[in-house]
Amino acid sequence: MELNAISIGFIVFTIFTLGGAIGVVTTRNLFQGTIWLMVSLFGVAGYFVLLSAPFLAAVQVLVYIGAIAILITFAVMLTRSVARIKVRYMRLLPSLIGSLALFLILLLGVTMPIFGAHPPGSIPDYVASTRDLGAALVDENGYVVPFLLASVLLTAAMIGAIFIARDENA
Amino acid sequence: MDELCIGLCSLLTDAGADGGLALFLSLLVGVLLVSGVPLITVILLIWIERKVAARIQDRIGPNRVGPIGLLQTIADMIKLLSKEDITPTSADRALYNAAPLVSFASVVLIWAVIPFTPFHYGVDLEIGALYFVAIASFGTLAIMVAGWASNNKYALLGAFRVVALLVSYEVPLVFALLVPVLLAGSMSLVDIVNAQNGMWFIVLSPLAFVIFYISSQAETGRAPFDLIEAESELVAGFNIEYSGMKFGMFFAAEFLHVFTNGILMAILFFGGWMGPLYYESPLIAFAWLGAKGGIIYLTTLWLRNTVPRLRIDQIMAFNWKFLVPLSIANLIVVSFVLKLMQELGLAPRDILSASFGDLLPTTVILLLCNGAMILYLLGIMRRRGREARRESRAARANLAQAPSAAGH
Repeated sequence: MELNAISIGFIVFTIFTLGGAIGVVTTRNLFQGTIWLMVSLFGVAGYFVLLSAPFLAAVQVLVYIGAIAILITFAVMLTRSVARIKVRYMRLLPSLIGSLALFLILLLGVTMPIFGAHPPGSIPDYVASTRDLGAALVDENGYVVPFLLASVLLTAAMIGAIFIARDENA
Repeated sequence: MDELCIGLCSLLTDAGADGGLALFLSLLVGVLLVSGVPLITVILLIWIERKVAARIQDRIGPNRVGPIGLLQTIADMIKLLSKEDITPTSADRALYNAAPLVSFASVVLIWAVIPFTPFHYGVDLEIGALYFVAIASFGTLAIMVAGWASNNKYALLGAFRVVALLVSYEVPLVFALLVPVLLAGSMSLVDIVNAQNGMWFIVLSPLAFVIFYISSQAETGRAPFDLIEAESELVAGFNIEYSGMKFGMFFAAEFLHVFTNGILMAILFFGGWMGPLYYESPLIAFAWLGAKGGIIYLTTLWLRNTVPRLRIDQIMAFNWKFLVPLSIANLIVVSFVLKLMQELGLAPRDILSASFGDLLPTTVILLLCNGAMILYLLGIMRRRGREARRESRAARANLAQAPSAAGH
């Protein structure tokens, strides 16, 4: 691989993503686990920058680190015995089989043109702007149906959350 | 790479430097300048803040070190640097040390997208406004980490309250931020400034500015939203265990954040570097931005030193029951009216090249819509105020009837 700014960036963000992911599963401290998770998610945001998708990168940071990970830290801090967890997950064989199967599926998905992959070196020069993304979301030939479905799903989830959290007597 | 190599970089290559090295050096100088400006500014800001606070409280303020106390902050900094650096034994050492750095970086990083003049900015990101929001979430994270890593219950409680406050006020902040983005048709801060050539956005949507102003005051943790400090309840909040320069970093971040928000509001609502004669020289444009940002900054100091602290339930109720619905309603009204006027041909489709005259009908109609919403709001607030007064009067009357109960 040619060593230029993009490949150095790729290596750095890969270290962030994988290192963070390893940190999540090896640390004995739940709070540190959430911090490692954020490191990993930040690495993924870096990939989006390298792929010329700054909008997705910013949304990744905003939604995953700024909202979801903060919520997870809240939940973690409200649990007992955050640090030094003694319980270990010992079922190694099922986890090994599961992770190997997932890895194989991903490998096949990336190498075989299952998802309509581009042949190597044919990344289009055209860089989509945020405007294109927005137009595609509401275009009837684009993604308007998935977009609406996702909106309905999120609204349903929100109403459900309010309903569960509501005080019966109020 | 060649089209990137302009200005200082081309000077260096002309002097015989290697192309890649020249580009790297010129970028490095740019980065150092953009991050250096806020670092130097904050020293002055602390002095201004103390001086203004002192004048409002009928004191003189720092006046011993240097002329009119200008060097006081430098002396304080040396004191902070030379203080013993204490880490609590049961603290999470790595996270404890990282938190002040992340807190300060989250503010300095905002300056990367701020357009100082028409030609001078760190980087013109297509997603500038979104970048600002995303970077701000790192500040929240830093406070959370600081509170937890200190291993102190007051720090943790303080962090909980602050994060609840920050996460809540981010919602109206983003909705208010969307209004200039919508009006300019771009998230790039450079485009947002250019779009205000015909008319400042404060005139088009004063309500959005007010919402942004209030929620950014909350984001910086300033009175009346200064739950972060709340000395009487939390000892000092999330930074209780910090000492020396680590404590100083949190404070420098806060002071700088207030000024950064002033500059941002000048860019989003007051036309940034626009002003008479700005095209003559970048220095004049920069002075306009500084003056506008500075005036907004001074009003936040004024507010901070005038109003008392609110309780957390009052702050939350104000946000979720008032500010969030208002900001959503404002966004819907502005976007609907703007689209309607564009369809009718009254509003220019391309605001970047629109002149004052082109924007006049849009301005009048949007201003009328905003005025109607403000009048309606004032009606609601008046009614609520009257109810609250009646309740407190009734409570007082009850107390007067049973004087023995009041004594206990």
